[in-house]
Amino acid sequence: MRGREGWINGALAAALLIVPLALHLAGEVYYVNLASRVVIVALAAVGLNLALGYGGMVSFGHAAFFGIGGYVAGISAHHAILGTSFLGLSTTTEMPLIWLISVLLAGVVALAIGAISLRTKGVYFIMITLAFAQMLYYFAISFPAYGGEDGLPIYVRNTFPGLNTFDPITFYGICVVALFACLFLTARIMGSRFGAALDMAHLSETRLATAGIAPFNIRLTAFVISAMMTALAGALFADLNGFVSPSMMSWHRSGEIMVIVILGGVGRLWGPVAGAIAFVLLETFLGGLTERWGLFLGLILLGTVLFARGGIMGLIAGKARHD
Amino acid sequence: MPLSLIIEQALNGLQLGVTLFLMASGLTLVFGVMGLINLAHGSLYMVGAFVTAWVSASVGSFWIGLGAGIMAAAAVGALVEVAVIRRLYARDHLDQVLATFALILIFSEGTRWLFGSQPLWLDVPDLLSGAVTLPGGSPYPVFRLAIIAMGALVALGLYLMISRTRLGMRIRAGEADREMIGALGVDIATLYTLVFALGAALAGLAGAMVGALQSVQVGMGEPVLILAFVVIVIGGIGSVKGALIGAILVGVTDTMGRILLPSAFGLFMDASSATAVGSALASMLIYLLMALVLALKPQGLFPVHARA
Amino acid sequence: MKRLAIAATAALALATAAQADTKIGMITTLSGGGSHLGIDVRDGFMLAIAQSGRTDIEVMIEDDARKPDVAKTISDKFVQRDNVDILTGIIWSNLAMAVVPSVTRGGTFYISPNAGPSPLAGAMCNENYFNVAWQNNDLHAAMGAYMKDAGVEKPFILAPNYPAGTDALTGFKSTFGEPEREIFTQLGQTDYAAEIAQIRASGADSVFFFLPGGMGISFMKQYAASGVDLPVYGPAFSFDEVILGAVGDAALGVFNTSQWAYDLDNPTNAAFVESFRAEYGRTPTLYASQGFDTANLILSALEVAEPSDADAFRAALEAANFDSVRGDFAFNSNHHPVQDILVRQVVAGDGKPTNQLVGVAVEDHRDAYAAECNM
Repeated sequence: MRGREGWINGALAAALLIVPLALHLAGEVYYVNLASRVVIVALAAVGLNLALGYGGMVSFGHAAFFGIGGYVAGISAHHAILGTSFLGLSTTTEMPLIWLISVLLAGVVALAIGAISLRTKGVYFIMITLAFAQMLYYFAISFPAYGGEDGLPIYVRNTFPGLNTFDPITFYGICVVALFACLFLTARIMGSRFGAALDMAHLSETRLATAGIAPFNIRLTAFVISAMMTALAGALFADLNGFVSPSMMSWHRSGEIMVIVILGGVGRLWGPVAGAIAFVLLETFLGGLTERWGLFLGLILLGTVLFARGGIMGLIAGKARHD
Repeated sequence: MPLSLIIEQALNGLQLGVTLFLMASGLTLVFGVMGLINLAHGSLYMVGAFVTAWVSASVGSFWIGLGAGIMAAAAVGALVEVAVIRRLYARDHLDQVLATFALILIFSEGTRWLFGSQPLWLDVPDLLSGAVTLPGGSPYPVFRLAIIAMGALVALGLYLMISRTRLGMRIRAGEADREMIGALGVDIATLYTLVFALGAALAGLAGAMVGALQSVQVGMGEPVLILAFVVIVIGGIGSVKGALIGAILVGVTDTMGRILLPSAFGLFMDASSATAVGSALASMLIYLLMALVLALKPQGLFPVHARA
Repeated sequence: MKRLAIAATAALALATAAQADTKIGMITTLSGGGSHLGIDVRDGFMLAIAQSGRTDIEVMIEDDARKPDVAKTISDKFVQRDNVDILTGIIWSNLAMAVVPSVTRGGTFYISPNAGPSPLAGAMCNENYFNVAWQNNDLHAAMGAYMKDAGVEKPFILAPNYPAGTDALTGFKSTFGEPEREIFTQLGQTDYAAEIAQIRASGADSVFFFLPGGMGISFMKQYAASGVDLPVYGPAFSFDEVILGAVGDAALGVFNTSQWAYDLDNPTNAAFVESFRAEYGRTPTLYASQGFDTANLILSALEVAEPSDADAFRAALEAANFDSVRGDFAFNSNHHPVQDILVRQVVAGDGKPTNQLVGVAVEDHRDAYAAECNM
């Protein structure tokens, strides 16, 4: 964190802390919830950024992990409210436990998907991650017990010990703490020897191999951690919306998470945060202005890829370390 | 299960496979020659279908509409190549995925702007409407047989073009070594535009044929696009032969799975849960197939060369 | 269209000047596959608002793109930021399930112009939720009854493999009994060759299908080309005027059930169909009729009470004191319609096939879930 980028990161962090509080004091409940949405989407992108930005693994299937997190929250709340059990286990509405299960389950699934997908490279990796996500997507659609295509509502938001999660600003606080924790974790990982190895696996595999480290294991570990963060975002997203549906796992969603990473700036710690702010605000305000916002989003995105390769962070803070 | 049903299903699988081949061959050529991954290929399929439907309705002839649709898809393809795609060849796959994802958004919204969001009506031409009786005794739609025949012709044509013509030679040279064709004094920019337009025309043809069978609406290209990707990944990206075999494999697996799985589960389950579980599994089947192929052969069935 | 747009803008301008008394938020599907349903609901609704001449009503309309999370986001915006009194407009059951429960529990009225998922009619019903269209099972159950009366013995029935599809087949079987064979297709499926082959091989004497939007278009066109000539039946969702335009002559002769028909003979309906055609240049679908009725129900209640007085306004809605294009209309105890379900047949029309009313399948139909509703 140095120079101009450091200042921008600081400004983003300050904005995440101050703006929603101001909105809360002004009584703008809607905008506080919008801020929660920004933070959650940013968290999902922070997860993907670890795999895509730092590890060079272009996963086109991260929506699968987002959806897994969402469905853990949804299914858990569903059984707890109906008083029924899941495969004989009683479920919970406690967020910390739900997060733990989401993250672990996503980790196990990512381990399986990664173990197969990471045998491939480049385009094959993009496509096979897409295919696995589609598989889970179709499973969620066709499996009727939890609503299938209709989705699964969460009628009462899950709880957090000692906090009132219904209060929008409190829920925002929970989300923003989760985001900061994952940003901190990412920074620590990338600052560690593991991070250096991941960097190396991305840039020069042979050098890593000569150092006696298997790139496959490094990549797989990063892929799993990345999936876990995105799953945590999914669980929070489900509680924010009070609803989970297979659309959380659709390939459009994978594309959107990827777009946020790129829009913000690939491989920049705070890039996903900048990307999420830009994306959600564009979606909300362009969507309010015109029915054809997809057209404008497409043009903006195309412009970013063609002419502003570093994304927002690249534009404001200059080139990233690696370029 | 009667034999006639199995024959009919095999034909249906073949027809789906042929449609996928038309999509996949363009994708795989573009990847093989230019190293580009193009998500917007489904949009060209949609352009072909919309123009065919629109011209057919205004002129009153399916065939004129079809010609217009193919030409429009090729023209739009060439235009997009010159305006956008060409800037992406030197970029990594990530940039290509994003830029072409953006093109999907632009194409879908633009098409909705021009044609509205209601589905268009495109009918099978009189010449090919109705059904013929199969050797097994059951009737089968002529139009589906025509699609299969057309797919076989396109496959043959592509084979001849690639193996016998100058353009084909350059394509093969481009697949083998992109720098070399430049050294041969070939105008690379024109070659790339031609290849891209060819792929677009094939996608447009597929869109028009399927549009007559199903319906013409915004977003129709996306499910086909994903299937076509599954096809080229199974076949080996860059290989036209792989695309053909992958397409037929996916087409037949998907179609057969959809009738065989529910019946198979019906053997040890009650009817309604068998259909539920069976069709749930059937919709995942081709992705399982793909995962299986890639787990065994990470470069697909017919790996071209190590440039992934 | 332009005239109405100007009227609406004028109404809006006046409304803002006079501090609109009533704010209505409409969340509906205006883009993507199946958007013609949302467009017709919106147009029918706005036609009724324009005809009422009331300038103190502000209608805010947003597109949900058929995505549940988008619908949820819009509803949060309408409720939390714009403080709307009434929400309406949702087309799809999965979107309704995402939005309606939290909205109605929060004290906002939701008047459904289309989706009628079974939980909202039964165990999860709410005093602030009203459905003007039907409960999801209704049209299918009516068709089951009609086919049984018509002497059909061995129908082959199919629907997409998702809850509304399951509800459809459940509804059908509740009145018909066991069919010859039932299968589920994939949602959004476009190629039905495999299903048609099975229909041919099954020995059934007829086909009943629930395939709304583009799925219905694909199925009918392929069915017509397949050489199978068993008679086809279905709910009106598979045969609205837009779908008939796309399917063409392939749909001729088909029977379908609907709670409304454009040639239903009553003065309200005649005036509605005429003014809709004059305004938009097309024949209204059942969705347009539902949008029109929804707006008129709201207008009738606004004559009596303000939404701010929730109990009075709710009572006024329950009374359903408006002229429905369906003729007789009343609410059941669970705020779902008690109404006749009609049978229509597809006949050759002016340039494209159209629906013609042929009879009544069930009189004063009530949905099957009212008993589960305690409010």
